[in-house]
Amino acid sequence: MKFSRAKIVGSRRSLTANGSRKPEVKNSSTCHVTMKQSLIAVLILLFTASLTFAQATVSPVEDELDIRVRNLSQQLRCLVCQNETLADSQADLAADLKRQIREQMKAGKSDEEILAFLTDRYGDFVLYRPPVKRRTYLLWFGPFILLGLGLFGLFRYIRSRREEIQEQPLSAEEHKRARELLHTDSEKEPA
Amino acid sequence: MRYAIPLILFLGLVVFLIIGLGRDPHEVPSPLINKPAPPFQLAQLQHPEKTFSAAEMRGQVWLLNVYASWCVSCRDEHPYLLELSRRGVVPIYGLNWKDKREDAIAWLNDLGNPYVLSVSDLDGRIAIDYGVYGAPETYLIDKNGVIRFKQIGPITPAVLQKTILPMVSELNK
Repeated sequence: MKFSRAKIVGSRRSLTANGSRKPEVKNSSTCHVTMKQSLIAVLILLFTASLTFAQATVSPVEDELDIRVRNLSQQLRCLVCQNETLADSQADLAADLKRQIREQMKAGKSDEEILAFLTDRYGDFVLYRPPVKRRTYLLWFGPFILLGLGLFGLFRYIRSRREEIQEQPLSAEEHKRARELLHTDSEKEPA
Repeated sequence: MRYAIPLILFLGLVVFLIIGLGRDPHEVPSPLINKPAPPFQLAQLQHPEKTFSAAEMRGQVWLLNVYASWCVSCRDEHPYLLELSRRGVVPIYGLNWKDKREDAIAWLNDLGNPYVLSVSDLDGRIAIDYGVYGAPETYLIDKNGVIRFKQIGPITPAVLQKTILPMVSELNK
């Protein structure tokens, strides 16, 4: 099925307001799909669904290379629409990057080599799964440190509560005083 | 005392949030800073029969500006590039990114041409080598062909005064 083929949004350029410091990308509008646009998209999809089913019998659905490209690009972040994977992104740059990934796969490069190619150019930012290195120790292990601190605090709190609540038996001295107080009270009361 | 710890935690959170507000998530730091500029040899925009390669710029400090006629912010920074080229402090070369040749030429004829020359990156391959993800972007490259600074988004007078010009004079020493 080739649902993703449906071109959802036309190229509406120059959306960025003048003076904005945001770098621009061709078809930058594809990031921001409005209500109306998504409605149109749904209609288009409904309409084309029958067509694509018919098509599927003619052309092979996805070959091995397609699957490899998709699997790899699902681990990568699109730099234009930063919360989209490269696989999902319709941005022009994403298409270019996917083309390069495909070419390099055809040339026999391994996934690791292709990831290195991309991180050399765009940094670790393109990886949805950041590598474990000194700079990312806090990112990877910070949550466990926080969890440890939280547990430590919790145990300390529980222990201190237990000490506070614990029944402290009266000493002999205190017993004697209590009895005296009770006696004097009971003697005075009827008077 | 009872409220001290939550208060300190809260203030810490506030500090982090304020720092977060000041950062632009669209600015992805380039790993290419202080790395050799990726080599390229591309056809020139105005003279497609001639090529230009980054290697020809050895021994010079220069700017490589990524632009396109479809990019609105490029229009914003254009006057500053024109002024910079008039002053002749640093040569500016253009990387015309994923543009139509005739559109780009018309754009330059219309607005003025700050570039010593422009090269056409029609399919965006060289841009990917440079880690370009939007236009405009500008690279400051030193005499040894090493990228020393990258401006993401349009060049502003502030960036020129505070960063680019001081770096250029430093690198030219």
